[in-house]
Amino acid sequence: MNNEGVDTSKRQFLTSALTVVGAVGTGYLAVPFLSQMQPSSKAMAAGAPVEVDISKLESGQLLRVAWRGKPVWVLNRPPRMLKIIEGMDTFLEDPSSNESLQPESSKNAVRSIKPEIFIAVGLCTHLGCSPTFRPEVAPPDLGDDWEGGFFCPCHGSKFDLAGRVYRSVPAPTNLEIPPYRYITDTQIIIGEDTAVEENA
Amino acid sequence: MKKQITACGDWILDRMAMDKVWNQHMAQYYAPKNFNFWYFFGSLALLVLVNQIVTGIFLTMNYKPDAKLAFDSVEYIMRDVPWGWLIRYMHSTGASAFFLVVYLHMFRGIMYGSFKKPRELIWIFGMLIFFALMAEAFTGYLLPWGQMSYWGAQVIISLFSAIPVIGDDLSLWIRGDFVIADATLNRFFAFHVIAVPLVILLLVFLHIVALHEVGSNNPDGIEIKENKDENGIPLDGIPFHPYYSVKDIVGVGVFLFFFAAVIFYAPDMGGYFLEHDNFVPADPLKTPEHIAPVWYFTPYYAILRAVPDKFAGVIAMGAAVFVLFLLPWLDRSPVKSIRYRGGIYKKALFLFVISFLALGYLGTQPATDTAILMTRIFTVIYFAFFLLMPIYTRWEKVKPVPKRLTEQPSLEDHIPAMIDTFNEMTVRKPIKTAEGDTVVKLRPNPSGMVTVLIRFLKKLKASLD
Repeated sequence: MNNEGVDTSKRQFLTSALTVVGAVGTGYLAVPFLSQMQPSSKAMAAGAPVEVDISKLESGQLLRVAWRGKPVWVLNRPPRMLKIIEGMDTFLEDPSSNESLQPESSKNAVRSIKPEIFIAVGLCTHLGCSPTFRPEVAPPDLGDDWEGGFFCPCHGSKFDLAGRVYRSVPAPTNLEIPPYRYITDTQIIIGEDTAVEENA
Repeated sequence: MKKQITACGDWILDRMAMDKVWNQHMAQYYAPKNFNFWYFFGSLALLVLVNQIVTGIFLTMNYKPDAKLAFDSVEYIMRDVPWGWLIRYMHSTGASAFFLVVYLHMFRGIMYGSFKKPRELIWIFGMLIFFALMAEAFTGYLLPWGQMSYWGAQVIISLFSAIPVIGDDLSLWIRGDFVIADATLNRFFAFHVIAVPLVILLLVFLHIVALHEVGSNNPDGIEIKENKDENGIPLDGIPFHPYYSVKDIVGVGVFLFFFAAVIFYAPDMGGYFLEHDNFVPADPLKTPEHIAPVWYFTPYYAILRAVPDKFAGVIAMGAAVFVLFLLPWLDRSPVKSIRYRGGIYKKALFLFVISFLALGYLGTQPATDTAILMTRIFTVIYFAFFLLMPIYTRWEKVKPVPKRLTEQPSLEDHIPAMIDTFNEMTVRKPIKTAEGDTVVKLRPNPSGMVTVLIRFLKKLKASLD
């Protein structure tokens, strides 16, 4: 090919312009492909509140219900457990739940609306395993200091009976408390905040 | 007839020079003549890759990527599809075999310095294959939709949520739902069956192209291209075909013997290849009592668990894989092969292998305080091997490297010594039978065994100097 007398700067400009236009076009085209991996409208819509009947929940018993596909625990704490919670502060990372997720109504020492009924999302704040409920005191595998609580089998995170995380475990924050409110004394609705009731 | 076939062959060769490709990569590709046992694992990795692709294609004919149907469709393959159990066990055992041969292949590279100049790019492509292989194994493990599939994926996807600012949105984007759900299963199927395998095939191609440009390293770590005959052929090289193509078939035979033994007699390998909890359908409300990844991920999982901070743990785990990419630049030694390195590197590599195996074991165990403490110690050794490498490889005194490849004793040469050792560890005792006859029986000899063990340990110590 004869390159004599050719203005190469024009070629250079055209090459650069095509590259830029092509890159921008590819960028735009990537948006629908990447966005189609976002949760679909159907997945966004699923997530209705669930009603739980706690009239048959005995003292010390734990009930698991599904809310938005996640396990939610309902634990009926006897006075013995509430007493243990009072003395736990020194072992805990965030005893007053300042760094943790909970509705205003549950931001208290026992992390619940009614002290005995404890409700929490049963997923470890570390990597999302569901911790096991270990109410027994000083079992051989958890050591003599264990006063009962939740133990995550995946990576060894420990939580007390109010779902508050221990120091020096992988989980960064306390267990999440979902929004919930009482319809009657024995009927709870999970997924709706107490504020909804006040406004209604 | 013969003439027509030749004409047909010529017609193709005139349009596509396959004979040239064959010569360049097989018949006239010169490999060092001293490849040993460790050089089987590259070709075996290729064999397992083919196994995974073929069995995988047949599995998709009956598998259903739907959260409601997936678990049952796997059981359907196992029970009702003709030979379905065999194809599925070939695939599941193949996954473990893939990691086994790839780990041994990588260890070979570390031992003989195959990652060093001029083979850095081969190592990088290899590491990218390893990374893609981990993604392939992870997405594949969700598909049976058992308890371990579900909670394993839950944990790994949650790793991304530890990234500050974008973490939560990123893990939501990966899952396509607020929890692991049908959307997640469906897209993991797409990644596992089409996206990642295409990437792996491309990377394997690049790995081999890069290898054939510079040529293979060898157990002596000497460049054979520095000593060529008058025709430009390396004096210490032999054509890959037929010498190594035939030798590799022997390796394939031995490998398939063990592979078949696992498929037919221990397909779940006592819970290490197929975990017991994965025979229970996924239950989003309950994590199994003890959750551990499949064996090939446990060293990294143990490192994740060793760090008592969410984000730092994820970083440590990522760094444990990423640091391998840097190996060509961390190693400052002037020699490649472990045969001519000093004692410090040998001891460091020995400790690294011990800590890798220990982390692998600890990753399968429950997170007790002792286990966590041990994991932390071995995690430090794991990283120290890499991060202190620029210092100790520059320091140490290396041995003189010969100009030409060396002759090492072959397997047959070891046989007399092995027979002697066997005789030393056993004793022939005359024993009276119930009928009153005397028969000579072979019995273990404890004192001989102790002598052999002591000699072995002394030899091991000497070989680390």
